Amino acid sequence: MKIIVMMKQVASKDAILRISKDGTWIEEGDLSFEVNESDGYALEEALRVREKLGGEVLVCAMGPQRAKSVIKDALARGADRAIHIVGDNLTHLSPYAAASALAEAIRDEQPDLIMTGLQSDDYGYAQTGVIMAELLGMPHATIVIEVDASGDKLRVKRELESGWYQWYSMPTPALLTIQSGISQIRYATLKGIMAAKKKEIKEVVPPAEIVGRPSHQRLKRVYLPQKTKQTQLLGNGDAKAGAVALAERLHVEARVI
Amino acid sequence: MSNGILVFIEHRNGAVSKTSLEAIAAAQSLGSQLQQQVSAVILGVDPDAMAQGIAAYDLAKVVSASNAKLASYTPDGYTDAVEKVVRQLDPQLVVMSHTYLVRDFGPKLAARFEKSLISDCIRTQVAEGSVTFTRRIFLGKLDADVVSDGKAPVFVTFQSGAYRPDQAVKGSGAPIEKREVEVGEIRMSPEPPFQEVKQAVDLSKAEIIVAIGRGIKSKENIALAQKLADVLGGDIAASRPICDAEWLPIDRQIGSSGQTVAPKLYIALGISGAIQHLVGMKNAGTIVAINKDPEAPIFDIADYGVVGDLFEAVPVLTEEIKKIKGLS
Ligand SMILES: Cc1cc2nc3c(=O)[nH]c(=O)nc-3n(C[C@H](O)[C@H](O)[C@H](O)COP(=O)(O)OP(=O)(O)OC[C@H]3O[C@@H](n4cnc5c(N)ncnc54)[C@H](O)[C@@H]3O)c2cc1C
Repeated sequence: MKIIVMMKQVASKDAILRISKDGTWIEEGDLSFEVNESDGYALEEALRVREKLGGEVLVCAMGPQRAKSVIKDALARGADRAIHIVGDNLTHLSPYAAASALAEAIRDEQPDLIMTGLQSDDYGYAQTGVIMAELLGMPHATIVIEVDASGDKLRVKRELESGWYQWYSMPTPALLTIQSGISQIRYATLKGIMAAKKKEIKEVVPPAEIVGRPSHQRLKRVYLPQKTKQTQLLGNGDAKAGAVALAERLHVEARVI
Repeated sequence: MSNGILVFIEHRNGAVSKTSLEAIAAAQSLGSQLQQQVSAVILGVDPDAMAQGIAAYDLAKVVSASNAKLASYTPDGYTDAVEKVVRQLDPQLVVMSHTYLVRDFGPKLAARFEKSLISDCIRTQVAEGSVTFTRRIFLGKLDADVVSDGKAPVFVTFQSGAYRPDQAVKGSGAPIEKREVEVGEIRMSPEPPFQEVKQAVDLSKAEIIVAIGRGIKSKENIALAQKLADVLGGDIAASRPICDAEWLPIDRQIGSSGQTVAPKLYIALGISGAIQHLVGMKNAGTIVAINKDPEAPIFDIADYGVVGDLFEAVPVLTEEIKKIKGLS
């Protein structure tokens, strides 16, 4: 089975975000980056399917050269080879444009299965995988938490709202978007890191007609959310003093203890 | 020329879902500001009875689109059916709720029009006939204003809670347009939805909840939060990653894929406040957040906040509460 995992590099979860001068994005200069959380689980799931059924796992990432760190990490964890769609101005592509570029980059590989994370931690569109499936003519399932690829049809467990679940079967090739937290992600071993150095990373350039097309959704402004509640911040940065004040407020003011 | 707003109605077990009323409220609000009529579409084998219910709202019409292949939800079936209706009505805007079901087929639908959704919006602003959509980015840390350029239709989904169901305006009975829609091959076959083993813990009646998130760092540290919960006579609960890691059982999970609670006191320790968590606890009476990141979205809905290390704050808080309660 040939599986391609789509992986995106995003700002680290605990990075302090500063809004850029023109107010339309964040300062990326000194930002730390990491792999999008659910994409990491997509890779883990792909590696597990390969361990059971054999085959090959490719990773595909799009972004500037710094996105190589995501690719190298995936290769160290056990992916076999990689495709890097390189470009400096791809951050603001609409999900449709991004999915188009990704679909073109992997179309000739003819995978049996494509796995993506269920949404990205930066834009949070939750669409790229589904649109890719449509562009490649594949069936798909989203918010997948279990994959059974051993039969002649693919069977996947999807999460629904409030504790409900549902199994779907579909023919391959298919695309799955994977939910975070569904397994334990393996670490890269030293051996894996050494082996990764010899693995192929193919660089491709996205088609100009895709990235050059004006976006149908344009980001005008980025800003801090307005607070909906008046929060009383206690302790002024001193956690212990804050805790003392908090106990007092909960007792005297909120009267909940 | 494209005209009007089309709102998509979702249903489960023969009942229209509450989020669809939120979508109607969103569409009506945009409709009155843009001076556009709002129509609704509902799908199924025989959705006429549910269409009747929807027709009570102030709408230009309700399209009741039927096909035997729409008996249960599949992305193939729903995409085909809604696409047909959109092409026929040619609306300016298609409005949907950002539910799991819409997340599953909405992007496929928009892709048929060479577009994507403006997804998970929290509010809109209309000026001179054009709409600015606001969505949360970076896991709730920032807001982004988005405009749509290019041709109609614009596909937009709204976050649950962006509008209230009771904001949907009733009308004098909208006409129902019954129509059989064409649906192509369905490639995926669904099995019946199910719930995992019955939940042992019901937190919906808990008065005090101490909830932990990834900031708790390790399973051993949960004892610290448990002590606080014990002193308060409250229950322990958690964000999803804690239950995924099996540090606490799944029936302690709060949020869109866990339990919905409304205690009189909710103390969030090391929880960032992602929307999927907030929907499960935002109706709590008093919300407390202890988090070392001053920009964590949990502070947006907290009544009291302590910015700092929970490992410093929690033992002190526990001791102080003991004193208040005369336990020490
Ligand atoms: C479809 C879907 C369904 C979901 N369903 C749910 C759900 O039902 N429930 C749910 O909770 N999530 C759900 N999620 C996941 C959700 O999006 C978040 O990923 C999750 O809630 C984050 O959990 P967290 O706040 O514990 O972790 P993080 O987001 O990692 O936050 C950890 C926080 O701890 C703080 N922290 C770290 N160390 C300390 C310290 N020493 N002292 C104080 N603070 C500290 C950090 O500043 C940070 O704010 C769902 C996601 C999706 C996509």
